[in-house]
Amino acid sequence: MGKVVERPKLTWYQQLYLPQIVQGLGMTWRQMFKPNITVQYPEERQEFFDDYRGAPGLVKDQEGREKCVSCQLCEFICPPKAIVIVPGEIGDPENENVEKGPDEFYIDMLRCIYCGYCEEVCPEEAIFMTGVYELNGATRAELVHDKQKLYEIGGTRIDSIQKWKGK
Amino acid sequence: MSLAVLTFADDPIFYLAANLAKIVVFTHIVLILSALSVLAERKVSAWMQDRLGPNRVGPGGILQPAADALKFFFKEDIVPGHVDKVLYILAPAIALMPALIVLAVIPYGPPLTVLGETIPMVIADLDIGILFVFAISSLGVYGIVLAGWASNSKYPMLGGVRASAQMISYEVMLGLSVVGIFMSTESLRLTDVITSQVDGTWFMFSQPIAFIIFVIAAFAETNRLPFDLPEAETELVAGYHTEYSSMKFAMFFIGEYTAMFVFSALVAVLFLGGWDIPFMSNADFEALGNWGTLLGFLSFFVKCLAFLFFYIWVRWTIPRFRFDQLMNLGWKVLMPIALVNVVLTGVVLGWLGS
Repeated sequence: MGKVVERPKLTWYQQLYLPQIVQGLGMTWRQMFKPNITVQYPEERQEFFDDYRGAPGLVKDQEGREKCVSCQLCEFICPPKAIVIVPGEIGDPENENVEKGPDEFYIDMLRCIYCGYCEEVCPEEAIFMTGVYELNGATRAELVHDKQKLYEIGGTRIDSIQKWKGK
Repeated sequence: MSLAVLTFADDPIFYLAANLAKIVVFTHIVLILSALSVLAERKVSAWMQDRLGPNRVGPGGILQPAADALKFFFKEDIVPGHVDKVLYILAPAIALMPALIVLAVIPYGPPLTVLGETIPMVIADLDIGILFVFAISSLGVYGIVLAGWASNSKYPMLGGVRASAQMISYEVMLGLSVVGIFMSTESLRLTDVITSQVDGTWFMFSQPIAFIIFVIAAFAETNRLPFDLPEAETELVAGYHTEYSSMKFAMFFIGEYTAMFVFSALVAVLFLGGWDIPFMSNADFEALGNWGTLLGFLSFFVKCLAFLFFYIWVRWTIPRFRFDQLMNLGWKVLMPIALVNVVLTGVVLGWLGS
Protein backbone atom coordinates (compact mmCIF):
# COMPACT_ATOMS: atom_id res chain seq x y z
CA MET A 1 0.00 0.00 0.00
CA GLY A 2 1.57 3.23 -1.12
CA LYS A 3 1.83 6.28 1.02
CA VAL A 4 -0.67 8.98 0.20
CA VAL A 5 0.81 12.48 0.30
CA GLU A 6 -1.77 15.16 1.00
CA ARG A 7 -1.49 18.22 -1.21
CA PRO A 8 -0.63 21.12 1.10
CA LYS A 9 -3.42 23.63 1.54
CA LEU A 10 -2.18 26.95 0.18
CA THR A 11 -2.81 30.21 1.98
CA TRP A 12 -4.25 33.05 -0.07
CA TYR A 13 -0.80 34.67 -0.13
CA GLN A 14 0.69 31.55 -1.70
CA GLN A 15 -2.22 31.31 -4.12
CA LEU A 16 -1.38 34.79 -5.41
CA TYR A 17 1.63 33.05 -7.00
CA LEU A 18 3.35 36.34 -7.81
CA PRO A 19 5.33 36.64 -4.52
CA GLN A 20 6.82 33.21 -5.21
CA ILE A 21 7.83 34.33 -8.68
CA VAL A 22 9.48 37.43 -7.24
CA GLN A 23 11.33 35.19 -4.78
CA GLY A 24 12.51 33.01 -7.67
CA LEU A 25 13.63 36.05 -9.63
CA GLY A 26 15.65 37.17 -6.62
CA MET A 27 17.28 33.77 -6.51
CA THR A 28 18.40 33.87 -10.15
CA TRP A 29 19.48 37.52 -9.74
CA ARG A 30 21.81 36.60 -6.87
CA GLN A 31 23.08 33.62 -8.83
CA MET A 32 24.15 35.94 -11.65
CA PHE A 33 26.88 37.48 -9.52
CA LYS A 34 28.34 34.30 -8.15
CA PRO A 35 31.70 33.21 -9.56
CA ASN A 36 31.35 30.86 -12.49
CA ILE A 37 32.92 27.43 -12.49
CA THR A 38 33.72 27.05 -16.18
CA VAL A 39 37.16 25.63 -17.03
CA GLN A 40 38.31 27.10 -20.34
CA TYR A 41 39.46 23.68 -21.47
CA PRO A 42 42.14 23.98 -24.13
CA GLU A 43 43.78 26.88 -22.27
CA GLU A 44 43.07 25.76 -18.70
CA ARG A 45 43.31 22.20 -17.43
CA GLN A 46 41.53 20.69 -14.53
CA GLU A 47 43.76 19.61 -11.63
CA PHE A 48 43.45 15.89 -10.84
CA PHE A 49 44.29 14.00 -7.67
CA ASP A 50 47.37 11.74 -7.69
CA ASP A 51 45.45 8.49 -7.98
CA TYR A 52 43.54 9.60 -11.08
CA ARG A 53 43.20 6.63 -13.41
CA GLY A 54 44.21 7.95 -16.82
CA ALA A 55 46.17 6.16 -19.51
CA PRO A 56 48.53 3.46 -18.10
CA GLY A 57 52.26 4.01 -18.65
CA LEU A 58 55.48 2.13 -17.92
CA VAL A 59 57.98 3.78 -15.57
CA LYS A 60 61.75 3.66 -15.30
CA ASP A 61 63.50 3.57 -11.95
CA GLN A 62 65.70 6.22 -10.36
CA GLU A 63 68.67 5.21 -12.52
CA GLY A 64 66.69 5.18 -15.74
CA ARG A 65 66.42 1.40 -15.95
CA GLU A 66 63.40 -0.53 -17.10
CA LYS A 67 61.47 -1.81 -14.10
CA CYS A 68 59.27 -4.25 -15.97
CA VAL A 69 60.53 -7.81 -15.74
CA SER A 70 58.05 -9.13 -18.25
CA CYS A 71 56.23 -11.39 -15.78
CA GLN A 72 53.03 -10.88 -17.79
CA LEU A 73 50.77 -10.70 -14.71
CA CYS A 74 49.20 -7.51 -16.07
CA GLU A 75 48.57 -9.24 -19.37
CA PHE A 76 46.75 -12.05 -17.54
CA ILE A 77 44.74 -9.83 -15.19
CA CYS A 78 43.70 -7.30 -17.83
CA PRO A 79 39.89 -7.73 -18.08
CA PRO A 80 39.50 -6.51 -21.67
CA LYS A 81 42.76 -8.18 -22.78
CA ALA A 82 44.24 -4.87 -23.86
CA ILE A 83 47.85 -5.71 -22.94
CA VAL A 84 50.19 -7.81 -25.08
CA ILE A 85 53.76 -8.45 -23.91
CA VAL A 86 56.56 -10.10 -25.86
CA PRO A 87 59.10 -11.18 -23.20
CA GLY A 88 62.80 -11.21 -23.89
CA GLU A 89 66.25 -11.38 -22.33
CA ILE A 90 67.86 -8.18 -21.27
CA GLY A 91 71.40 -9.37 -21.83
CA ASP A 92 72.79 -6.14 -20.48
CA PRO A 93 75.97 -6.56 -18.36
CA GLU A 94 75.14 -3.37 -16.40
CA ASN A 95 71.80 -4.75 -15.29
CA GLU A 96 72.84 -8.37 -14.70
CA ASN A 97 70.48 -8.78 -11.76
CA VAL A 98 67.54 -8.40 -14.04
CA GLU A 99 67.28 -11.30 -16.37
CA LYS A 100 64.07 -10.56 -18.20
CA GLY A 101 62.51 -7.49 -19.75
CA PRO A 102 59.84 -6.85 -22.34
CA ASP A 103 60.95 -6.91 -25.96
CA GLU A 104 57.61 -5.45 -26.95
CA PHE A 105 54.83 -4.07 -24.75
CA TYR A 106 51.52 -3.07 -26.32
CA ILE A 107 48.45 -1.59 -24.66
CA ASP A 108 45.46 -1.18 -26.93
CA MET A 109 43.87 2.04 -25.62
CA LEU A 110 40.71 1.31 -27.60
CA ARG A 111 40.21 -1.73 -25.35
CA CYS A 112 41.58 -0.39 -22.05
CA ILE A 113 38.85 0.24 -19.49
CA TYR A 114 41.06 2.19 -17.05
CA CYS A 115 40.35 -0.30 -14.23
CA GLY A 116 43.87 -0.04 -12.83
CA TYR A 117 44.25 -3.80 -12.23
CA CYS A 118 47.59 -3.79 -14.07
CA GLU A 119 48.94 -1.23 -11.60
CA GLU A 120 47.61 -3.22 -8.65
CA VAL A 121 48.95 -6.57 -9.81
CA CYS A 122 52.44 -5.46 -10.87
CA PRO A 123 55.02 -6.99 -8.47
CA GLU A 124 57.75 -4.61 -9.71
CA GLU A 125 55.76 -1.36 -9.45
CA ALA A 126 56.55 -0.86 -13.12
CA ILE A 127 53.17 0.13 -14.53
CA PHE A 128 51.10 3.06 -13.29
CA MET A 129 47.87 4.76 -14.20
CA THR A 130 48.90 8.32 -15.11
CA GLY A 131 47.05 11.65 -15.35
CA VAL A 132 47.07 11.53 -19.16
CA TYR A 133 43.46 11.67 -20.35
CA GLU A 134 43.70 13.10 -23.83
CA LEU A 135 44.03 10.21 -26.24
CA ASN A 136 43.39 10.65 -29.91
CA GLY A 137 44.61 9.35 -33.19
CA ALA A 138 43.76 9.43 -36.87
CA THR A 139 43.87 5.64 -37.13
CA ARG A 140 43.13 2.74 -34.82
CA ALA A 141 46.78 1.68 -35.01
CA GLU A 142 47.85 5.00 -33.46
CA LEU A 143 45.91 4.19 -30.32
CA VAL A 144 47.77 0.95 -29.72
CA HIS A 145 50.54 2.26 -27.49
CA ASP A 146 53.89 0.55 -27.98
CA LYS A 147 56.78 0.33 -25.52
CA GLN A 148 58.30 3.66 -26.52
CA LYS A 149 55.00 5.50 -26.16
CA LEU A 150 54.31 3.83 -22.81
CA TYR A 151 57.67 4.95 -21.39
CA GLU A 152 56.96 8.42 -22.76
CA ILE A 153 53.70 8.50 -20.79
CA GLY A 154 55.18 6.92 -17.63
CA GLY A 155 58.54 8.65 -17.55
CA THR A 156 60.91 8.14 -14.65
CA ARG A 157 59.34 7.63 -11.27
CA ILE A 158 61.37 8.27 -8.16
CA ASP A 159 59.60 7.05 -5.03
CA SER A 160 60.35 4.93 -1.95
CA ILE A 161 60.15 1.63 -3.83
CA GLN A 162 63.70 1.17 -5.12
CA LYS A 163 64.14 -2.57 -5.38
CA TRP A 164 67.39 -2.57 -7.40
CA LYS A 165 69.04 0.31 -5.57
CA GLY A 166 72.78 -0.28 -5.29
CA LYS A 167 72.67 -3.64 -6.97
CA MET B 1 2.99 68.96 -28.91
CA SER B 2 2.13 72.39 -30.19
CA LEU B 3 4.65 72.47 -33.06
CA ALA B 4 3.46 72.03 -36.63
CA VAL B 5 4.33 68.54 -37.81
CA LEU B 6 5.85 67.96 -41.23
CA THR B 7 3.32 66.56 -43.71
CA PHE B 8 3.48 65.32 -47.27
CA ALA B 9 1.83 68.51 -48.56
CA ASP B 10 4.52 70.78 -47.03
CA ASP B 11 7.50 69.34 -48.83
CA PRO B 12 6.98 65.96 -50.56
CA ILE B 13 10.65 65.16 -51.20
CA PHE B 14 11.81 66.05 -47.69
CA TYR B 15 8.87 64.16 -46.22
CA LEU B 16 9.64 61.01 -48.18
CA ALA B 17 13.36 61.26 -47.43
CA ALA B 18 12.70 61.74 -43.71
CA ASN B 19 10.31 58.79 -43.60
CA LEU B 20 12.65 56.52 -45.55
CA ALA B 21 15.48 57.45 -43.21
CA LYS B 22 13.30 56.69 -40.19
CA ILE B 23 12.29 53.29 -41.61
CA VAL B 24 15.86 52.30 -42.42
CA VAL B 25 17.31 53.52 -39.12
CA PHE B 26 14.64 52.12 -36.80
CA THR B 27 14.28 48.71 -38.43
CA HIS B 28 18.05 48.31 -38.38
CA ILE B 29 18.34 49.35 -34.75
CA VAL B 30 15.63 46.88 -33.79
CA LEU B 31 17.01 44.02 -35.90
CA ILE B 32 20.51 44.52 -34.53
CA LEU B 33 19.11 44.69 -31.01
CA SER B 34 17.15 41.49 -31.53
CA ALA B 35 20.28 39.78 -32.86
CA LEU B 36 22.15 40.97 -29.79
CA SER B 37 19.35 39.84 -27.51
CA VAL B 38 19.96 36.29 -28.76
CA LEU B 39 23.50 36.71 -27.47
CA ALA B 40 22.18 38.33 -24.28
CA GLU B 41 19.88 35.37 -23.79
CA ARG B 42 22.80 32.98 -23.87
CA LYS B 43 25.04 35.20 -21.76
CA VAL B 44 22.46 35.89 -19.06
CA SER B 45 21.43 32.24 -18.87
CA ALA B 46 25.11 31.33 -18.52
CA TRP B 47 25.63 33.80 -15.68
CA MET B 48 22.56 32.54 -13.89
CA GLN B 49 23.92 29.00 -14.16
CA ASP B 50 27.46 29.95 -13.06
CA ARG B 51 28.83 29.51 -16.56
CA LEU B 52 30.62 31.91 -18.94
CA GLY B 53 28.48 31.72 -22.06
CA PRO B 54 29.76 32.33 -25.60
CA ASN B 55 33.11 34.16 -25.45
CA ARG B 56 35.09 33.00 -28.46
CA VAL B 57 33.90 35.23 -31.32
CA GLY B 58 35.12 38.78 -30.83
CA PRO B 59 35.75 40.42 -27.46
CA GLY B 60 33.53 38.75 -24.87
CA GLY B 61 31.63 36.95 -27.64
CA ILE B 62 30.05 40.15 -28.97
CA LEU B 63 30.30 38.95 -32.59
CA GLN B 64 28.49 35.68 -31.86
CA PRO B 65 25.28 36.85 -33.64
CA ALA B 66 27.32 37.52 -36.81
CA ALA B 67 28.82 34.04 -36.62
CA ASP B 68 25.36 32.55 -36.07
CA ALA B 69 23.95 34.43 -39.05
CA LEU B 70 26.82 33.26 -41.25
CA LYS B 71 26.23 29.70 -40.13
CA PHE B 72 22.51 29.96 -40.93
CA PHE B 73 23.30 31.22 -44.44
CA PHE B 74 25.60 28.32 -45.20
CA LYS B 75 23.42 25.58 -43.73
CA GLU B 76 21.61 23.29 -46.10
CA ASP B 77 18.03 24.42 -46.57
CA ILE B 78 16.11 21.17 -46.26
CA VAL B 79 12.53 21.01 -47.48
CA PRO B 80 11.23 17.61 -46.36
CA GLY B 81 9.34 15.64 -48.98
CA HIS B 82 6.12 15.36 -47.00
CA VAL B 83 5.38 19.06 -46.48
CA ASP B 84 2.89 21.41 -48.09
CA LYS B 85 5.50 23.36 -50.07
CA VAL B 86 3.74 26.71 -50.54
CA LEU B 87 2.65 27.13 -46.92
CA TYR B 88 5.91 25.66 -45.66
CA ILE B 89 7.92 28.36 -47.41
CA LEU B 90 5.41 31.10 -46.62
CA ALA B 91 5.12 30.42 -42.88
CA PRO B 92 8.49 31.82 -41.67
CA ALA B 93 7.85 35.03 -43.60
CA ILE B 94 4.40 35.37 -42.04
CA ALA B 95 5.89 34.79 -38.60
CA LEU B 96 8.50 37.52 -39.06
CA MET B 97 6.56 40.22 -40.92
CA PRO B 98 3.93 41.28 -38.35
CA ALA B 99 6.64 41.93 -35.78
CA LEU B 100 8.45 44.19 -38.25
CA ILE B 101 5.26 45.98 -39.35
CA VAL B 102 4.33 46.86 -35.76
CA LEU B 103 7.60 48.76 -35.46
CA ALA B 104 5.96 51.43 -37.65
CA VAL B 105 3.69 52.78 -34.92
CA ILE B 106 6.04 52.71 -31.94
CA PRO B 107 7.15 56.19 -30.83
CA TYR B 108 10.89 56.00 -30.27
CA GLY B 109 11.40 59.53 -28.96
CA PRO B 110 10.14 63.12 -28.85
CA PRO B 111 9.89 64.93 -32.24
CA LEU B 112 13.17 65.85 -33.92
CA THR B 113 13.71 69.24 -35.58
CA VAL B 114 15.68 69.12 -38.84
CA LEU B 115 16.07 72.19 -41.12
CA GLY B 116 13.25 73.97 -39.30
CA GLU B 117 10.82 71.09 -39.78
CA THR B 118 9.43 68.97 -36.95
CA ILE B 119 9.65 65.26 -37.62
CA PRO B 120 7.90 62.93 -35.17
CA MET B 121 10.09 59.98 -34.17
CA VAL B 122 7.37 57.55 -35.21
CA ILE B 123 7.30 56.03 -38.67
CA ALA B 124 3.48 56.32 -38.78
CA ASP B 125 1.75 58.20 -35.97
CA LEU B 126 -1.66 56.55 -36.37
CA ASP B 127 -4.81 57.67 -34.54
CA ILE B 128 -5.59 54.01 -33.87
CA GLY B 129 -2.03 53.14 -32.82
CA ILE B 130 -2.76 50.45 -30.26
CA LEU B 131 -5.51 48.84 -32.33
CA PHE B 132 -3.09 48.63 -35.25
CA VAL B 133 -0.56 46.93 -32.97
CA PHE B 134 -3.05 44.33 -31.75
CA ALA B 135 -4.47 43.76 -35.24
CA ILE B 136 -1.09 43.16 -36.85
CA SER B 137 0.75 41.40 -34.04
CA SER B 138 -1.98 38.80 -33.69
CA LEU B 139 -1.36 37.87 -37.34
CA GLY B 140 1.95 36.47 -36.14
CA VAL B 141 0.10 33.40 -34.89
CA TYR B 142 -0.67 32.49 -38.53
CA GLY B 143 3.02 31.98 -39.16
CA ILE B 144 3.20 29.50 -36.32
CA VAL B 145 -0.05 27.71 -37.09
CA LEU B 146 0.76 27.45 -40.80
CA ALA B 147 4.25 26.19 -39.98
CA GLY B 148 2.72 23.53 -37.77
CA TRP B 149 0.17 22.59 -40.40
CA ALA B 150 2.44 22.69 -43.45
CA SER B 151 5.14 20.57 -41.80
CA ASN B 152 2.70 17.64 -41.96
CA SER B 153 4.19 15.94 -38.94
CA LYS B 154 2.99 15.33 -35.39
CA TYR B 155 5.08 17.58 -33.17
CA PRO B 156 4.84 20.74 -35.28
CA MET B 157 1.10 20.12 -35.57
CA LEU B 158 0.73 19.94 -31.78
CA GLY B 159 2.86 23.06 -31.43
CA GLY B 160 0.72 24.91 -33.94
CA VAL B 161 -2.52 23.89 -32.22
CA ARG B 162 -1.20 24.97 -28.85
CA ALA B 163 0.00 28.27 -30.29
CA SER B 164 -3.37 29.11 -31.78
CA ALA B 165 -5.28 28.30 -28.58
CA GLN B 166 -2.81 30.17 -26.40
CA MET B 167 -2.46 33.27 -28.53
CA ILE B 168 -6.16 33.68 -29.15
CA SER B 169 -6.84 33.38 -25.40
CA TYR B 170 -4.17 35.82 -24.29
CA GLU B 171 -4.95 38.32 -27.04
CA VAL B 172 -8.16 38.97 -25.10
CA MET B 173 -6.33 39.78 -21.84
CA LEU B 174 -3.85 41.92 -23.75
CA GLY B 175 -6.66 44.02 -25.17
CA LEU B 176 -8.68 44.18 -21.98
CA SER B 177 -5.76 45.16 -19.78
CA VAL B 178 -5.02 48.34 -21.70
CA VAL B 179 -8.61 49.55 -21.88
CA GLY B 180 -8.13 51.37 -18.57
CA ILE B 181 -5.21 53.32 -19.99
CA PHE B 182 -7.16 54.57 -22.95
CA MET B 183 -10.07 55.48 -20.71
CA SER B 184 -7.79 57.88 -18.86
CA THR B 185 -5.83 59.21 -21.85
CA GLU B 186 -8.94 59.43 -24.07
CA SER B 187 -6.80 58.67 -27.12
CA LEU B 188 -5.58 55.51 -28.85
CA ARG B 189 -2.59 57.34 -30.33
CA LEU B 190 0.60 56.04 -28.72
CA THR B 191 2.32 59.47 -28.69
CA ASP B 192 -0.63 60.87 -26.73
CA VAL B 193 -0.31 58.02 -24.25
CA ILE B 194 3.31 58.99 -23.71
CA THR B 195 2.78 62.76 -23.45
CA SER B 196 0.06 62.19 -20.86
CA GLN B 197 2.52 60.09 -18.85
CA VAL B 198 5.35 62.62 -19.20
CA ASP B 199 3.26 65.23 -17.39
CA GLY B 200 1.38 62.80 -15.16
CA THR B 201 2.41 59.54 -13.53
CA TRP B 202 3.50 56.41 -15.33
CA PHE B 203 0.64 53.96 -15.87
CA MET B 204 2.75 51.32 -14.16
CA PHE B 205 1.85 53.10 -10.90
CA SER B 206 -1.67 54.32 -11.64
CA GLN B 207 -2.71 51.03 -13.35
CA PRO B 208 -0.68 48.33 -11.52
CA ILE B 209 -3.22 45.56 -12.15
CA ALA B 210 -3.31 46.32 -15.86
CA PHE B 211 0.48 46.37 -15.86
CA ILE B 212 0.78 42.89 -14.37
CA ILE B 213 -1.87 41.44 -16.69
CA PHE B 214 -0.31 43.07 -19.73
CA VAL B 215 3.14 41.74 -18.86
CA ILE B 216 1.80 38.21 -18.35
CA ALA B 217 -0.15 38.36 -21.62
CA ALA B 218 2.91 39.76 -23.40
CA PHE B 219 4.92 36.74 -22.30
CA ALA B 220 2.17 34.47 -23.59
CA GLU B 221 1.88 36.34 -26.89
CA THR B 222 5.58 36.04 -27.64
CA ASN B 223 5.64 32.33 -26.68
CA ARG B 224 8.28 32.93 -24.05
CA LEU B 225 8.70 30.84 -20.96
CA PRO B 226 6.65 30.25 -18.79
CA PHE B 227 4.28 30.17 -21.79
CA ASP B 228 6.48 28.52 -24.42
CA LEU B 229 4.09 25.61 -24.95
CA PRO B 230 4.15 25.90 -28.77
CA GLU B 231 7.85 25.02 -28.86
CA ALA B 232 8.23 23.18 -25.54
CA GLU B 233 11.55 21.44 -26.21
CA THR B 234 10.99 18.80 -23.55
CA GLU B 235 7.61 17.77 -24.95
CA LEU B 236 7.47 18.60 -28.65
CA VAL B 237 11.09 18.31 -29.89
CA ALA B 238 11.12 21.91 -31.12
CA GLY B 239 7.39 22.46 -31.63
CA TYR B 240 6.22 24.29 -34.72
CA HIS B 241 9.71 24.75 -36.23
CA THR B 242 10.85 21.12 -35.87
CA GLU B 243 11.00 20.57 -39.64
CA TYR B 244 12.70 23.86 -40.43
CA SER B 245 16.38 24.45 -41.01
CA SER B 246 18.78 27.10 -42.26
CA MET B 247 17.43 30.63 -42.89
CA LYS B 248 13.80 29.53 -42.55
CA PHE B 249 14.48 28.53 -38.97
CA ALA B 250 16.46 31.74 -38.48
CA MET B 251 13.43 33.75 -39.60
CA PHE B 252 11.28 32.18 -36.87
CA PHE B 253 14.07 32.98 -34.47
CA ILE B 254 14.39 36.62 -35.57
CA GLY B 255 10.59 36.85 -35.55
CA GLU B 256 10.46 35.69 -31.94
CA TYR B 257 13.10 38.13 -30.77
CA THR B 258 11.70 41.03 -32.77
CA ALA B 259 8.29 40.30 -31.25
CA MET B 260 9.98 40.36 -27.86
CA PHE B 261 11.39 43.79 -28.66
CA VAL B 262 8.01 45.00 -29.90
CA PHE B 263 6.31 43.96 -26.67
CA SER B 264 9.13 45.45 -24.60
CA ALA B 265 8.60 48.69 -26.51
CA LEU B 266 4.84 48.48 -25.92
CA VAL B 267 5.34 47.98 -22.19
CA ALA B 268 7.71 50.95 -22.22
CA VAL B 269 5.21 53.10 -24.15
CA LEU B 270 2.06 52.09 -22.28
CA PHE B 271 3.32 51.63 -18.72
CA LEU B 272 6.83 53.01 -18.30
CA GLY B 273 6.26 56.45 -19.80
CA GLY B 274 7.89 55.85 -23.21
CA TRP B 275 10.65 58.44 -23.59
CA ASP B 276 9.86 60.03 -20.22
CA ILE B 277 12.61 60.66 -17.70
CA PRO B 278 11.40 61.13 -14.10
CA PHE B 279 10.96 64.79 -13.07
CA MET B 280 10.93 66.04 -16.69
CA SER B 281 7.84 67.56 -18.28
CA ASN B 282 6.85 67.92 -21.94
CA ALA B 283 7.95 71.56 -21.77
CA ASP B 284 11.41 70.47 -20.58
CA PHE B 285 11.79 68.14 -23.56
CA GLU B 286 10.72 70.89 -25.95
CA ALA B 287 13.06 73.39 -24.33
CA LEU B 288 16.01 71.06 -24.80
CA GLY B 289 15.22 70.76 -28.53
CA ASN B 290 17.14 68.02 -30.31
CA TRP B 291 19.07 67.19 -27.15
CA GLY B 292 15.69 66.44 -25.60
CA THR B 293 15.02 64.08 -28.50
CA LEU B 294 18.31 62.32 -27.93
CA LEU B 295 17.68 62.03 -24.19
CA GLY B 296 14.16 60.71 -24.79
CA PHE B 297 15.47 58.27 -27.40
CA LEU B 298 18.07 56.91 -24.97
CA SER B 299 15.56 56.73 -22.13
CA PHE B 300 13.15 54.78 -24.34
CA PHE B 301 15.78 52.27 -25.40
CA VAL B 302 17.05 51.84 -21.85
CA LYS B 303 13.50 50.91 -20.82
CA CYS B 304 13.14 48.52 -23.76
CA LEU B 305 16.45 46.82 -23.01
CA ALA B 306 15.60 46.57 -19.32
CA PHE B 307 12.36 44.84 -20.19
CA LEU B 308 14.13 42.58 -22.69
CA PHE B 309 16.42 41.61 -19.83
CA PHE B 310 13.34 40.93 -17.71
CA TYR B 311 12.06 38.62 -20.46
CA ILE B 312 15.30 36.65 -20.34
CA TRP B 313 15.48 36.76 -16.55
CA VAL B 314 12.00 35.26 -16.23
CA ARG B 315 12.77 32.59 -18.83
CA TRP B 316 15.63 31.22 -16.74
CA THR B 317 13.64 31.38 -13.50
CA ILE B 318 10.17 29.93 -14.01
CA PRO B 319 9.26 26.50 -15.34
CA ARG B 320 6.67 25.95 -18.07
CA PHE B 321 2.93 25.84 -17.35
CA ARG B 322 0.85 22.78 -18.10
CA PHE B 323 -1.71 23.42 -20.81
CA ASP B 324 -4.76 23.27 -18.50
CA GLN B 325 -3.01 25.61 -16.04
CA LEU B 326 -2.40 28.00 -18.91
CA MET B 327 -6.06 28.06 -19.88
CA ASN B 328 -7.18 28.31 -16.24
CA LEU B 329 -4.89 31.24 -15.62
CA GLY B 330 -6.03 32.98 -18.77
CA TRP B 331 -9.78 32.57 -18.65
CA LYS B 332 -10.56 32.07 -14.95
CA VAL B 333 -8.05 34.43 -13.35
CA LEU B 334 -6.71 37.11 -15.67
CA MET B 335 -9.93 37.67 -17.64
CA PRO B 336 -12.14 38.51 -14.60
CA ILE B 337 -9.41 40.64 -13.03
CA ALA B 338 -8.98 42.58 -16.28
CA LEU B 339 -12.75 43.17 -16.48
CA VAL B 340 -12.92 44.31 -12.86
CA ASN B 341 -10.00 46.61 -13.55
CA VAL B 342 -11.86 48.23 -16.45
CA VAL B 343 -14.95 48.79 -14.28
CA LEU B 344 -12.83 50.12 -11.39
CA THR B 345 -11.02 52.55 -13.68
CA GLY B 346 -14.36 53.74 -15.03
CA VAL B 347 -15.75 54.29 -11.52
CA VAL B 348 -12.65 56.15 -10.33
CA LEU B 349 -12.50 58.30 -13.46
CA GLY B 350 -16.22 59.11 -13.19
CA TRP B 351 -15.80 59.97 -9.51
CA LEU B 352 -12.79 62.21 -10.20
CA GLY B 353 -14.49 63.78 -13.21
CA SER B 354 -17.72 64.77 -11.48
